[in-house]
Amino acid sequence: MQDTFRLRINGEVHAVTVPPDMPLLWVLRDVIGLTGTKFGCGIAQCGACTVHVDGRPVRSCLLPTSAVGEQAVTTIEGIGETKEGARVQMAWLALEVIQCGYCQSGQIMSAAALLAQTPAPDDADIDAAMAGNICRCGTYLRIRAAIKLAASGDAA
Amino acid sequence: MPAVENLSLNPTRRGLLAGALAGGFVLAFRVPAGAQPESEPDQPADEPAGPFAPNAFIRIDPAGRTTLTMPQVEMGQGIYTAVAMILAEELDADFASVALEHAPPNDRLYANPTFGIQVTGNSNSVRAFWMPLRAAGAAARAMLVEAAATQWGVDPASCATASGEVVHAESGKRLAYGALVGAASALSPPADPPLKDPKDFRLVGKSLKRFDTPDKTNGKTVYGIDAMLPGMKIATVAHSPVVGGKVAHVDEAAAMAVPGVRRVVVLDDLVAVVGDHMWAAKTGLAALAVAWNDGPNASVSSQDVWTALREASAHEGAVAKSVGDADGMLKKGGAIEAAYEMPFLAHAPMEPLNCTVRLTPESCEIWIGTQVISRVQKTVADLVGLPQDKVVVHNHYIGGGFGRRLEPDMALTAARVAQAMIGETVKVVWTREEDIRHDVYRPVYRDTVAATLSKGKIAALKYKVTGSSIIARWLPPAFQKGIDIDAIDCAVDMPYDVPNFHVEYVRAEPQGVPTGFWRGVGPNNNVFAIESFMDELARKAGKDPVAFRRDMLDKEPRAKAALDLAAEKSGWGGALPRRAGRGVCVQPAFGSFIATVVEAEVDTSGEVRLRRVTCAVDTGIAVNPDTVVAQLEGGLIFGLTAALYGEITIRDGRVEQSNFNDYRMLRINEVPPIEVHVIASGAAPGGIGETGTTAGPPALRNAIYAATGIPLRRMPVDREVLAGKKEAWR
Ligand code: FES
Ligand code: FES
Repeated sequence: MQDTFRLRINGEVHAVTVPPDMPLLWVLRDVIGLTGTKFGCGIAQCGACTVHVDGRPVRSCLLPTSAVGEQAVTTIEGIGETKEGARVQMAWLALEVIQCGYCQSGQIMSAAALLAQTPAPDDADIDAAMAGNICRCGTYLRIRAAIKLAASGDAA
Repeated sequence: MPAVENLSLNPTRRGLLAGALAGGFVLAFRVPAGAQPESEPDQPADEPAGPFAPNAFIRIDPAGRTTLTMPQVEMGQGIYTAVAMILAEELDADFASVALEHAPPNDRLYANPTFGIQVTGNSNSVRAFWMPLRAAGAAARAMLVEAAATQWGVDPASCATASGEVVHAESGKRLAYGALVGAASALSPPADPPLKDPKDFRLVGKSLKRFDTPDKTNGKTVYGIDAMLPGMKIATVAHSPVVGGKVAHVDEAAAMAVPGVRRVVVLDDLVAVVGDHMWAAKTGLAALAVAWNDGPNASVSSQDVWTALREASAHEGAVAKSVGDADGMLKKGGAIEAAYEMPFLAHAPMEPLNCTVRLTPESCEIWIGTQVISRVQKTVADLVGLPQDKVVVHNHYIGGGFGRRLEPDMALTAARVAQAMIGETVKVVWTREEDIRHDVYRPVYRDTVAATLSKGKIAALKYKVTGSSIIARWLPPAFQKGIDIDAIDCAVDMPYDVPNFHVEYVRAEPQGVPTGFWRGVGPNNNVFAIESFMDELARKAGKDPVAFRRDMLDKEPRAKAALDLAAEKSGWGGALPRRAGRGVCVQPAFGSFIATVVEAEVDTSGEVRLRRVTCAVDTGIAVNPDTVVAQLEGGLIFGLTAALYGEITIRDGRVEQSNFNDYRMLRINEVPPIEVHVIASGAAPGGIGETGTTAGPPALRNAIYAATGIPLRRMPVDREVLAGKKEAWR
């Protein structure tokens, strides 16, 4: 059983015909070709698949496509268009956060959502917003510092 | 910012790629200058314009465009930037404008000098390529200088180079490298080009920005799992849950009824479901409801593995080193003994295993991120019966290797699936569950140690390692006389001055559990046992752990200096709250001398909180110091993750863990501040990528010992023991 959905992704509408319970992650990656959103665990444990749905960070590996509806989806390919996203990307490079990079799409999406919600996060805010994102390379210290740098606006 | 060419995905260009394929172009060819990058990484090929290509690493075209070929793969360790810095340093290239490309499979041109084949591992990329890359850059530079000098009629010695130009100061003449391409190409490379004096380095030693990171902030980087080819299908696999098991029964009709499923591939020991997307493949695989015949390993359990290992450990081993008469000394009495055990560990790189294959009767094309590109090529060529040169391998950025991608098994699995669908392109993606349950695990090890003390120092030390030999399987010629050189690496190179010292190795392969290299490899185990034991000995000797070590480090001044610095910076000896402690670890691993202090506290329920980590490193010349710091931060977290949570267990022949819910990782809220102090050094560069992983567990273990008095001798940390609910294992 498949349905057609009109998804609003990074400001563009994509019509896809897929099973309604198919997680958004696979629609993005395998159907639309937006491979910046990553698969890490498939069970909402790692955060690699994080996207924004109407600005909220969501694990796309467990989000059925049928649940997206009219809501705006933003992925790593589009986050640089937002103020917080651009700042986070710049801070990430300024502090050379990234190692293998595979988790970083999800890290950046979670961090951008945090800053949009909490412009000057403290350590506890960062822990709460970022603890769902695993980095196997262990870039956590620089992630924390880069979020603070992005919040300060000095990376720009 | 320098550009990384042809390594980025731009979905809007997929059409261009499709066109190229339809038109019969082979992707392995370079995109002509000026064209936009396609969605797949490229590999060097002949250029009609006649570039200057004095060796396999450097190509300069007449426009001055300098392309550097990366013999080692980038998996987060920053090697692309380091390799480019070393080449550009001796070449005096304009670093801001160099382009990078992956090396193709070619052991002749790009073999790792340490292994003789193309391998990125053992933390040796910079160590092994330091001199070859410098020589490559220097030879090219010498030829360009000679070409310019000839043209000007001056002595080459009177010419200098900088930023991609040859300059003759006296006359004020200058020529860009691009303009010298034709003349330089006619010259033969000098046998012994002069290398720069390190004090003249302009790039090496600076914390330069990495080439690979900008595209990792915006989703453009293409990992193997992101390969997108026209008409590609996506498959996921289930291997027999027990090694050696076979498929007994599948419900093919149920899988085929899932929307988007195209095909079910049933082989003797694995099944794959092929679909339009991963969701179809995954749902189809679940519907298959595979029944297995488990075979001879059906009843293997962790308990069996430990029992067999302990039995093997009671035997004498092959002698790897013997100085003085340790046995004789120990027999005189008063020996202090201990045994240490390490668990199986999975790699769990963030990018799950995957490989894309297109197989035809005449050719095979592979898209993958691998640490062993030529081995992938050969493994698949042997399977499908094609000559090696008919197997094209496109290597990609790697979303975490940690040793897992030193194996070609993911390529073999994908090629076997592709054999059932000749002419089609299939991307085989493993679920995380499959990735964790079908790993090659860091082996279980048991180490036994015995020592005697005299005047506050070790008089005799006997150390025996028992465990799997990965080398014997992975690089058989290197397994000689019963010794696994990796398993005893940091035992024979132990930094302390001990007059009577004896090291043995007993090979013991666990039944039904494949083993493989895991970040930190043999040194993880050696350093854990030795450094844990050092603390127990220090306590017997009534000495402070730092002072005890220091008094035996006179012959390793670099290790001693690192220890002094780590002690100073960590506030060693300063007051701490109750149930908090500091632990130290000194190691010579991978050619770097590192001392680490972990500060941790243990609460009454046995929970461990990391408070602070301080690390001092002498890695010789640090090519890119910020990368050294980043690798230590990450490596320490990798090792501390294992110490606190890592253990793979076996029951009924099956791995019990499956995903990040039951194979835990440290998260941002658990990670303490980590300070890394890089010691200035003129020595040749050491390895760095694995060192932090080795350092974390013993330093933590010793911090727990200091905080609680409990000498943990097995990893991971057992919280029940720390809570006093259970006797410590010994
Ligand atoms: S893939 Fe969605 S949280 Fe891991
Ligand atoms: S950078 Fe590699 S997993 Fe985070």
